[in-house]
Amino acid sequence: MSATGIGASVKRKEDIRFITGKGHYVDDINRPGQAYANFLRSPHAHATIDKIDTAAALKSKGVVAVFTGDDIAADKVGGLPCGWMIHSKDGSPMKAAAHPALAQGKVRYVGDHVAVVIADTYAQARDAAEKIEVGYTELPAVVDLAKAMSPDEAQIHEAAPNNTIFNWHLGDKAATDAAFASAAHVTKLDIVNNRLIPNAMEPRAAVGEYDSGADALTLYTTSQNPHVARLVLSAFIGLTPENKLRVIAPDVGGGFGSKIFIYAEETVCAWAARKIDRPVKWTAERTESFLADAHGRDHVTHAELALDASGKITGLRAHTIANLGAYMSTFSSFVPTYAYAPLLSGQYDIPNIYAEVDAVYTNTAPVDAYRGAGRPEAAFVIERLVEIAARQTGRDPAEFRRVNFVKSFPHQTPVLMTYDAGDFAAALDKALELADYKGVGARKAASAAKGKLRGVGFSAYIEACGVAPSQVVGALGGGVGLWESAEVRVNPVGTVEVLTGCHSHGQGNETTYAQLVSSRLGIPIENVSVIHGDTDKVQFGMGTYGSRSGAVGMSALSKALDKVEAKAKKVAGHVLEASEGDIEFKDGKFTVKGTDKSVDFSSVALNAYTAHKFNGQELEPGLKEGAFWDPINFTFPAGVHICELEIDPQTGVVTIDRWTAVDDFGKLINPMIVEGQVHGGIAQGVGQALLEGAHYDSYGQLLTASYMDYCMPRADDLPSFKVETVETPCPSNPLGLKGCGEAGAIAAPPAVINALTDALGHEDVRMPATPQVVWRAAQKAVTKRAAE
Amino acid sequence: MVHVSMAVNGRQVSAEIDPRTLLVQFLRENLRLTGTHVGCDTSQCGACVVHVGGEAIKSCTMLAASCDGANVTTIEGLARGGKLHPMQQAFQDNHGLQCGFCTPGMIMAAIDLVNREGPKLDEAAIRHGLEGNICRCTGYHNIVKAVVQGAREMAAAATPKAAE
Repeated sequence: MSATGIGASVKRKEDIRFITGKGHYVDDINRPGQAYANFLRSPHAHATIDKIDTAAALKSKGVVAVFTGDDIAADKVGGLPCGWMIHSKDGSPMKAAAHPALAQGKVRYVGDHVAVVIADTYAQARDAAEKIEVGYTELPAVVDLAKAMSPDEAQIHEAAPNNTIFNWHLGDKAATDAAFASAAHVTKLDIVNNRLIPNAMEPRAAVGEYDSGADALTLYTTSQNPHVARLVLSAFIGLTPENKLRVIAPDVGGGFGSKIFIYAEETVCAWAARKIDRPVKWTAERTESFLADAHGRDHVTHAELALDASGKITGLRAHTIANLGAYMSTFSSFVPTYAYAPLLSGQYDIPNIYAEVDAVYTNTAPVDAYRGAGRPEAAFVIERLVEIAARQTGRDPAEFRRVNFVKSFPHQTPVLMTYDAGDFAAALDKALELADYKGVGARKAASAAKGKLRGVGFSAYIEACGVAPSQVVGALGGGVGLWESAEVRVNPVGTVEVLTGCHSHGQGNETTYAQLVSSRLGIPIENVSVIHGDTDKVQFGMGTYGSRSGAVGMSALSKALDKVEAKAKKVAGHVLEASEGDIEFKDGKFTVKGTDKSVDFSSVALNAYTAHKFNGQELEPGLKEGAFWDPINFTFPAGVHICELEIDPQTGVVTIDRWTAVDDFGKLINPMIVEGQVHGGIAQGVGQALLEGAHYDSYGQLLTASYMDYCMPRADDLPSFKVETVETPCPSNPLGLKGCGEAGAIAAPPAVINALTDALGHEDVRMPATPQVVWRAAQKAVTKRAAE
Repeated sequence: MVHVSMAVNGRQVSAEIDPRTLLVQFLRENLRLTGTHVGCDTSQCGACVVHVGGEAIKSCTMLAASCDGANVTTIEGLARGGKLHPMQQAFQDNHGLQCGFCTPGMIMAAIDLVNREGPKLDEAAIRHGLEGNICRCTGYHNIVKAVVQGAREMAAAATPKAAE
């Protein structure tokens, strides 16, 4: 392994601009003559709009324009589509209601977009927005997802009777019910997967710019997938044809899923820029992010696990109600269905699984993918069930898992997935050792002696990443293919530009992609630049989410490098006056087999462009190759996390004492970056378990709309983490990569709650387990113990 | 409009500004120093931390007018003569950043923490000292490591070398 090659913890190339304040985020971009947009948002969760009077706002100082839903409709700008079709179990298509960029006749959540004011300065736009008079008739709000389908609740969309979007299912109900009928033990669980607000530190922002000479639009936007944004804005929303729309996602300050989607504000900025023939800029205030970024999770689930007398799991069934909010966001229907139920088998050999999912509308912000997206919800169900089943049947939770692990591969689960590789016991063994599981008893006694409660919790998670073979995506209802593209441009001096359709917003792709090129072509890593996030530079791509930059994006890059190498060998053959078949390429040098005749990569690059040594009709000049990689399977990162914590029963304060993570991500390109991804994921998972919860009151007002009210994990809420890996290479892609971006967020919540319930000795604790929740649970535990 | 004049990263600047202009707006919009970020508007997240008179402040909650005559240092003013500040270098060395958005504020806060508390900070002191800065990417693990290294190297850089 070279110092900058595959497997080396190379320091990140992109860091220099970020640590010196020279990054270019969307809000750093200013275009000549730009105006500023401010959105008037609904203060009501559910109301009809009876009138909008914009006269005073239009007269306000600096105001250029005020637009409402009528204006955008008159321009035939379409609504924001949901790109994944789900059919209910009766075969009917999901009830996707219209989702206008600016409200038309009705508002459906607090923060819904009523009008946009565009003015010379942001302050002027904000001042003028307050002068718009809107007449509302308030309607009862639907807030509680568990009751949303009741006919007694208000109807949010005419298109969706009983606020029901779909009743979907997966698996064999009859076989699963039979397994439960003959079970020796059944564990039952009712759980809530709490609603979260993603909170990338960079608020969303957009600058729309219109070039009237070329009749072309440019949109600078905080996007994880600028090409998908262009496709949707062109082909579905109908803003302008793709060849007239350039979407640029420059440096993006974190996404976690929330910047995948096509939102109202970005759409309006692009549309309005042409309307007023001036650039239009919008940057979210943090409260707008809380109100109108797509939220995550928000499931209510009843689940059951069947065991035989020997402790083997024989069946799992689950019924979930998923809250999709007031409108269906871009991939909202995928998250609680195909990103969720196929993972309910976890790491276990479970012969019978059946899941039902009801998706509902409520008067809350749209809900869509957030780090893990469906898989954390699945892991929470199976890992809580398994832990409780072990406790109820008097088995050690680690050994109970081991007995039930999938042990041979490939393994076909009853819920679609074919696990291609893994060694679950290896990760468990390593985690048990690193966590000093043998010493837990002594540590619990030491805590008890101090009046504290100590607990240990496991999470043996699995996820499906690298989504996915496009044919499968299409068969399951996806509106796009999920391949990735890469182009390798070799310059005449032998330096290289990589163009990728993936997007880096913290993942470090500018470094890891360069590591692959450096090691494949034998050139210094400094000689490789990675270009992404601009639809005028990169032809097409699907962006970054679902841990796909490595497994899918780098597979495309690897394939393009194969083509570059093949072409370069042809050029080298001419330079060395040998036949192409006799040329070997190693360590950046082309050599004629069995001789000392060689030429280095940069000379071959130069010769490819001078084209002096070959007939340009027989061999094309130049050295530039592109490739598309369509996955042949999902990838299956998996691992074991162990959380050990201590509760102070007097205060309810939880201190995480040890965190051990052993993950199998297949081959690693850059272990330093991989560990960083795991750390960040765990922090978000611990945040979900202990701190974070989006809370609406019964009127649909968001009570957690600032950092004063929504508790983000801070440095002193978390421990340092022990993070290690085991490795079974992924057999489904050329580099053996599985993906690591979401693992921590998937693994952590059940590990924390399993540890808390272990410490408390009862299962009654909900997320987020804030000190108040834990204090109440601890009092119950103390009373229970006193009674025993 | 009010007149303000201040030194920013060693350069004297002055302007006529709306009295409600925040320091962060003055830096980003008037001076186009866009390394200082706004993450929350409520002085909770720390993305906007700069130094005024050598001390860390959240520039989203300070009026530019109240900085008249002050010495202001932003993330752009840390590296000298092409050489990174030891804390900047430590963030790269320890992978203390991912998306980079919170990083300028985090580095400015970390330098201030070391200035206030001295270089021998333990992990608990660092975690407590950085609780005014939110990072959503790193889980703080590598930020803590970076600050340990940065503190050590700030002390080494400040210590006069033995006579050569």
